[in-house]
Amino acid sequence: METPFGITLDVGSSRANHTGSWRVERPVYVDRLPPCNDACPAGENIQGWLYHAESGDYESAWRALVEENPLPAIMGRVCFHPCETACNRVRVDDAVGINAVERFLGDLAIERGWTLPEPGADTGKRILVVGSGPAGLSATYHLRRLGHAVHLVDSSHQLGGMMRYGIPAYRLPRDVLDAEIARILAMGVEVTLDHVVDDVEQERRDGSYDAVFLAVGAQIGHRVSIPAGDSSRVVDAVTFLHQVADDDPPLLGRRVVVYGGGDTAFDAARTARRLGATDAVIVYRRNREHMPANEEEFAQALGEGVTMRWLSTVNRFEGERLVLEKMRLNEAGFPEPTGELEELDADALVLALGQDTDLSLLERAPGVVIRDGVVEVAPTMMTGDAGVFAGGDAVPADRTATVAVGHGKHAARSIDDYVNGRVREAVARHELASFDRLNTWYYSDAPRTRRPELEKIRRQDTFDEVVQGLTEENALFEARRCLSCGNCFECDNCFGVCPDNAVIKLGGGERYEIDYDFCKGCGICVSECPCGAIEMVPEKI
Amino acid sequence: MTKRPVRFYQVGSFAVGNRLLTDDQRTVQSDPNRTNSIDSGHRACQGCGEALGARYALDAAMRAAAGRVVTVNATGCLEVFSTPYPETSWRVPWLHSLFGNAPAVATGVAAALRVKGREDVRVVGQAGDGGTVDIGFGTLSGMFERNDDVLFICYDNEGYMNTGVQRSAATPPAARTATTDAVGPEPGNVFGQGKDLPRIAMAHDIAYVATATVADLHDLEHKVEHAMTLRGARYIHILVPCPLGWGSASSDTIKVARLAKESGLFPVFEAENGRVTSVSPIRRRTPVEEYLRLQRRYAHLFGAHPRPDIVTRLQEIADENIARYGLVNDETEEIPVLEEAKEMVH
Repeated sequence: METPFGITLDVGSSRANHTGSWRVERPVYVDRLPPCNDACPAGENIQGWLYHAESGDYESAWRALVEENPLPAIMGRVCFHPCETACNRVRVDDAVGINAVERFLGDLAIERGWTLPEPGADTGKRILVVGSGPAGLSATYHLRRLGHAVHLVDSSHQLGGMMRYGIPAYRLPRDVLDAEIARILAMGVEVTLDHVVDDVEQERRDGSYDAVFLAVGAQIGHRVSIPAGDSSRVVDAVTFLHQVADDDPPLLGRRVVVYGGGDTAFDAARTARRLGATDAVIVYRRNREHMPANEEEFAQALGEGVTMRWLSTVNRFEGERLVLEKMRLNEAGFPEPTGELEELDADALVLALGQDTDLSLLERAPGVVIRDGVVEVAPTMMTGDAGVFAGGDAVPADRTATVAVGHGKHAARSIDDYVNGRVREAVARHELASFDRLNTWYYSDAPRTRRPELEKIRRQDTFDEVVQGLTEENALFEARRCLSCGNCFECDNCFGVCPDNAVIKLGGGERYEIDYDFCKGCGICVSECPCGAIEMVPEKI
Repeated sequence: MTKRPVRFYQVGSFAVGNRLLTDDQRTVQSDPNRTNSIDSGHRACQGCGEALGARYALDAAMRAAAGRVVTVNATGCLEVFSTPYPETSWRVPWLHSLFGNAPAVATGVAAALRVKGREDVRVVGQAGDGGTVDIGFGTLSGMFERNDDVLFICYDNEGYMNTGVQRSAATPPAARTATTDAVGPEPGNVFGQGKDLPRIAMAHDIAYVATATVADLHDLEHKVEHAMTLRGARYIHILVPCPLGWGSASSDTIKVARLAKESGLFPVFEAENGRVTSVSPIRRRTPVEEYLRLQRRYAHLFGAHPRPDIVTRLQEIADENIARYGLVNDETEEIPVLEEAKEMVH
């Protein structure tokens, strides 16, 4: 090239100057564990399925959801959503309504007839699953996906366990329950109903099963001795709800008192209202702060006219008069009797004081340890009896449907390892995407979409579903409130804020790459990443 | 920004882009085929706000003018770090003459293009705050006064950083520079001096005057694009933090710019024909102290011998800006309405 007078060198690009050599720290893209995923007892990849829902691709969202949990329409109704409690958005405005979006996806799948993934190639292994509640159904689904034959047995006349016989229909309509069960059975499952397993080892030998999963639940109402003139007026909540589910409700009268403070107490009181009780009173020995029942269920019950007697225990039941003893809390928060008595008119007393598990089927199983009424299991969910696994309410854990779904999945994978003689290596969890790693400036503030509730008057005497679903546009809006904590969602911030053009946009779900030839390591991309998906690591020198 | 409806996306409208937006709703910077007016390999410090601001502004101007832009650059950091002979980082036609004459050279380029009948080619003059408020001020005022068809952009990093951080007429009060030591009863730069160039430009009654920061890309691009739709003299003043001269962390460049605006110390507004037409309201109001503490040039106001009296005086400046431009309004926290969810459904 001919150069002008006084110029001896051709024009060159500054790209010849690799400024990457200035760097002492380098930005690296990471995936961190979103708090919702961390909190989900069923191990759902919530942030992952919301990502698909955000673009309106509901089928992909549902498919990502059922990778872990085959019961989204059910969980979208009955789960107490620890994910929302953990959600980082609480500290911006209000948690993302994950549960409502899950239900929307679950309902849409039923409406559109989406089917679960095909079962895996036949392995020739046969697994017995005892109990068809959330743990049993979840295990069945995951075992079928792994290609194992499943024999699902239940002592009741219909499948569903506590989802059918414990949770009232106004919280979980039976057509939804039936649809999600039918979808699992369509994967090819041998079912035996009205069958009580009384000796697990005998059953295992008779059926030549390669492994057993026990998900027998906690079906027996915990009894306490209460002096009562007429014991026929005292029922336990589990039996009561079971009878209602069988369409054979007992006659309780107009003034019903429920004793207990858990979710079952509220289910019983709300059900009693629907059956015609004018007074449904919950008697609880501690106060509101110490009550284990779910906040939403509590609020809905009050809205339906259920009333509370705090700091009271049932002393005795005489004819139509219930004698209560007032309590006070000591410094440790435990109730102590005051000796002060008061009376309450009552036609019936429903006991909701917890549930026990019938583990007599394990009496002859070697090595099984039963402590505090539940069976001890290893981290793999295996009991002391090799090849016999257990989960759900029968093992020590929180007794919720979601925990049970998680147990079922976890047990299915452990059973797969067991029958194949494998030992699974623990996978390191990603670091938590905590709030302090986010740059919330970039998220515009948006209030949460509330699910409409049935008008109070309608739900006092019907079993219609109380909480209604979201419309599509509300569900989309809600999904887009997700902050995508710890996982890149391609907002282009890193690509835009780099003063050295050292971020390469790959696009189309492929995210970005750093051009280390030119990255000077200033760290602006890390500071300005909304979701905390980049970190600085020292250069090795 | 104030002209745009608040849309609700996963990240609102504050991030550079978003996979859920259509291409025409994204910023120029989110486009993988953006001009990259100033290329990799330039010798600006880590986290340089000026390199960022220049790319933001020129890429937006290039898109608005369909790639027909000539730039004229004054002496300063931007010139020195981008063109060490024989390399250049510029991917746009670029001229450099002297420190003080960039506005006059830009006037000449515009005149030449007019003579050649090339009114499709647009001229952008650019300089740091030294080249704008001090050394180039006379030629700039002349360019405004003649209403020459030039968009002039000042990248304001509040001092002569390239030559070792000396004070300019854009250095804020109390800031420590090499020529305003943090000693004596009135440490750092004096109060009551310096030039507010956006207001001086407005006093020329030119077509368009705007301020912006590198912390709000949507706003900055909107202003450059709007300026490119107008003819005659136009001026945009962009705040570009300097990690070296301000003593801030290189990773905090955008954060510092954001706090300058959110505290009220740097008012962001636009004006046409001498009148303010819109302001960017403060979204999360912040005390000036939060802004000052990130910068070592204000370190003498804190620490073992703090000067809360001086911090109070700086806060008064911010409060005065907030009152003058009306920077705080009822919508300081923007809440989108639900109806707007509809527009994204399909």
